[in-house]
Amino acid sequence: MSTGTPSPDDETDPSRAELEARVEELEETTADLKAEVGDGQPKMSIIATKGTLDMAYPPLILASTAAAFGYEVTVFHTFWGLDILHEERSKSLKLSSVGNPNMPVPNAVAALPGMDRMTTKMMEKRIADNDTATIEELIDTSLDMGVEFQACQMTIDLMDYDEDDFYDGVTTGVGAATAIQDMADADIQLLV
Amino acid sequence: MLFSAAPILGGEANIMVDYEVTETLDVKGQNCPMPVVKTKQATDNLDEGDILEVLATDPGSMSDLGGWAETTDGVELLDQTDGEDVYTHYVRKTE
Repeated sequence: MSTGTPSPDDETDPSRAELEARVEELEETTADLKAEVGDGQPKMSIIATKGTLDMAYPPLILASTAAAFGYEVTVFHTFWGLDILHEERSKSLKLSSVGNPNMPVPNAVAALPGMDRMTTKMMEKRIADNDTATIEELIDTSLDMGVEFQACQMTIDLMDYDEDDFYDGVTTGVGAATAIQDMADADIQLLV
Repeated sequence: MLFSAAPILGGEANIMVDYEVTETLDVKGQNCPMPVVKTKQATDNLDEGDILEVLATDPGSMSDLGGWAETTDGVELLDQTDGEDVYTHYVRKTE
């Protein structure tokens, strides 16, 4: 029956040259799409804005866990979230006793001088007793796993911090545009 | 009952399972997210076909390691056992 070769006088079938051009076009499109999709590795982008002891945990726990799941993770630290990356300040993050109805003391008492220090000490003791990882451990582990920690340049200037104040491996000199770009590329975006 | 033979035979060989364990990771006492994170780091150093035994005390490790293994390429959760105080997980590296 058919030899599979189109007869030259059949005008409805595309010519070999036309088909080749079409294949080439499709190959280019596929290459572009592949480049856009990347290597297929899922991405997560977290914006960390809080610097209290309790609020430092969620971004770090999620970042390290996502890295364990094979995600490429970036955490953009801005405003008080920057203290999490500050080598010295990260070791003395405080817990606020005011405005948290789960605290065992009423707000009027919680507002007294020294109360934040006391609740922070209580929390630190619980963290130690429970063998919960410290902030420093979580940062070190996350860095080991390839998590990229970014320190917002505007906040560094605002707080008068120095680039050397941060943990080794922290990316500085980045702004909101970098964060937006990461979020646009990411499969999971979180503001903490 | 499964543990009963171990003291008789002595040594540290784990005779209660059929798995040939390549390496054992002890994360006893550690809490979320460390069991999952350390398991991931340990499997990175293994070869295809190797089996990692994970010993944890975190009850959340049962669900967390299961979810991690299911979602992550290159690893397979063979078994999980709920001992008296220790949760044991067996993870095989598949690629």
